[in-house]
Amino acid sequence: MEKLIYEFDGGAPVKATQGPAIVGVVGSGNLEVLVEPENLGGRCVVEILTAARGFGDIWKAVLEDFFARHKLADLRISINDVGATPAVVSLRLDQAVESFLGGAS
Amino acid sequence: MRDWNIQARSRQARLARASSLAKGKEIGAADVAALLEAVLEPGDRVCLEGNNQKQADFLARALADLDPEKIHDLHMVQSVLALPEHIDVFERGVASKLDFSFSGPQAGRLAKLVGAHRIKIGAIHTYLELFGRYFVDLTPRVALVCAQAADRAGNLYTGPNTEDTPVIVEATAFKSGIVIAQVNEIVETLPRVDIPGGWVDFIVQSPKPHFIEPLFTRDPAQISEIQVLMAMMAIKGIYAEYGVDRLNHGIGFDTAAIELILPTYAQSLGLKGKICRHWALNPHPALIPAIEAGFVESVHSFGSELGMEAYIRARPDIFFTGADGSMRSNRAMCQAAGHYACDLFIGSTLQIDLAGNSSTATLGRIAGFGGAPNMGADARGRRHASPAWLKAGREARAGRNLIPRGQKLVVQMVETFREHMQPAFVERLDAWELAETANMDLPPVMIYGEDVSHILTEEGIANLLLCRTDEEREQAIRGVAGYTPVGLGRDKAMVENLRDRGIIRRPEDLGIDKRDATRDLLAARSVKDLVRASGGLYDPPKRFRNW
Repeated sequence: MEKLIYEFDGGAPVKATQGPAIVGVVGSGNLEVLVEPENLGGRCVVEILTAARGFGDIWKAVLEDFFARHKLADLRISINDVGATPAVVSLRLDQAVESFLGGAS
Repeated sequence: MRDWNIQARSRQARLARASSLAKGKEIGAADVAALLEAVLEPGDRVCLEGNNQKQADFLARALADLDPEKIHDLHMVQSVLALPEHIDVFERGVASKLDFSFSGPQAGRLAKLVGAHRIKIGAIHTYLELFGRYFVDLTPRVALVCAQAADRAGNLYTGPNTEDTPVIVEATAFKSGIVIAQVNEIVETLPRVDIPGGWVDFIVQSPKPHFIEPLFTRDPAQISEIQVLMAMMAIKGIYAEYGVDRLNHGIGFDTAAIELILPTYAQSLGLKGKICRHWALNPHPALIPAIEAGFVESVHSFGSELGMEAYIRARPDIFFTGADGSMRSNRAMCQAAGHYACDLFIGSTLQIDLAGNSSTATLGRIAGFGGAPNMGADARGRRHASPAWLKAGREARAGRNLIPRGQKLVVQMVETFREHMQPAFVERLDAWELAETANMDLPPVMIYGEDVSHILTEEGIANLLLCRTDEEREQAIRGVAGYTPVGLGRDKAMVENLRDRGIIRRPEDLGIDKRDATRDLLAARSVKDLVRASGGLYDPPKRFRNW
């Protein structure tokens, strides 16, 4: 397993319409995403635990694009990855955030 | 004076050598080796019926077991190398030259024997191209074919999997060749005649029924949400845009997903009766829900599919069936239909380069093409118009001083990363290296970039028809190549410009909410659902039953 952490600045705080959102289940698929609000001084922190080593650059690119789509702040996103492709990661992240925001996409 | 009848006299001599073995046209299974030795001569061109699905397996084994001292240097011409015996004939020295179309299951062994100079490949063809050559310069002297049943006059009933048999027998029988058929049973009266007995010289009942591979069954349980998302984009961004009404699908899970969301997603867009009514397609079980929902009006097939027999029999308005009720397939006819009478081909591939060339060749495997190049190519000889064809032609020609004509929609549908994080987009196709190592004239390209109209990935659709320069084309491809090195190498400003011009369209540009891309959209989510949708008529092979 490899642990990766990325941080993003410059987003706007969001208001969740519901509690933490978990999207995707490791057992049936290959990715689990947890989105939860936390006072992080305006940052957005993404923690990834991944089974596949050596794809840090791709994770970084996926997350930069994600952050460009959703300017978030004060949010902790935890990802548990069991070999998902970037396509699945992007889709799950979008789904997690959109359901966290309650449909305001 | 020139002798004008050498071939027919050779045929008579061969038949005379075999005459003591046959009772009428019947040969006992134990005498097959003797029959082959009697009718074959070294250097003969031999067509062994290797189809996509049904296989003349008994005759293949007998051929491979011949004594290479007596029979050698055969030139094999056949569509598909599917069975180990298809390679064994070369390994054992019975055959030495090969012209073929597809070798998926034997691609690795084939590459090894080519590397060891045990097989000389004439050429790798498409199905139609190889069939064409059967009537020009690759006419078989002896054909070893496969049917469900024969009567004593040699009439053949192929059952639903007629596939290549008519074209092989026609080419052989009408050029003084010899046709030998293995059959599962010899009966008094056939359900119908698929091949007239006058074209068949010998029939042999094989000890076991011939092998058939269920090649087109895709378990809906394995379809991913990404594939659902891509299927939604195909329907909304291409099928609806162009009004695609006549089409052919590839055999992968990507296109199975499209078939399975017709009754749900396409229905919700009001597209029933407007798209996907006429198909050149094997009877995919995944199409059952769309047929039952009334989307589909006709399906003509290259071959059949195991388990679909009773369903097809019960839906004769949809499928091509004989007076006996069972399906009649025909690979040559369906390939012609797919090439000339369809407005769209959509299929997957392994690698796409920056010009849109697409290849399934990988190092160490010589897999061939099958029918994809004919399905996935603009039909330059086509002259009839349809709205989809005209619109594609207009897009490709807009702003250029060209006489109007249409164009086929050829869509390559791939996830940017395949299994094990293999990128589907590459700077250079593996085909180049394979061509060098296997000493081929050309890199084996399945679909040329100039024929590809759209590339569809989870990131979006690139419309190559609208690209006007090589640079635009390259950036359009990079712009949907996701996080592959090719995708990361994009010129972001230029990609955004292409997006503004509608050359690249993202799901959100198409009004597709990714949250809707769930497996709930699949009209069947398991093989059992397919059985249920068929009213219990679909009878899946055991390996697809998990209940």
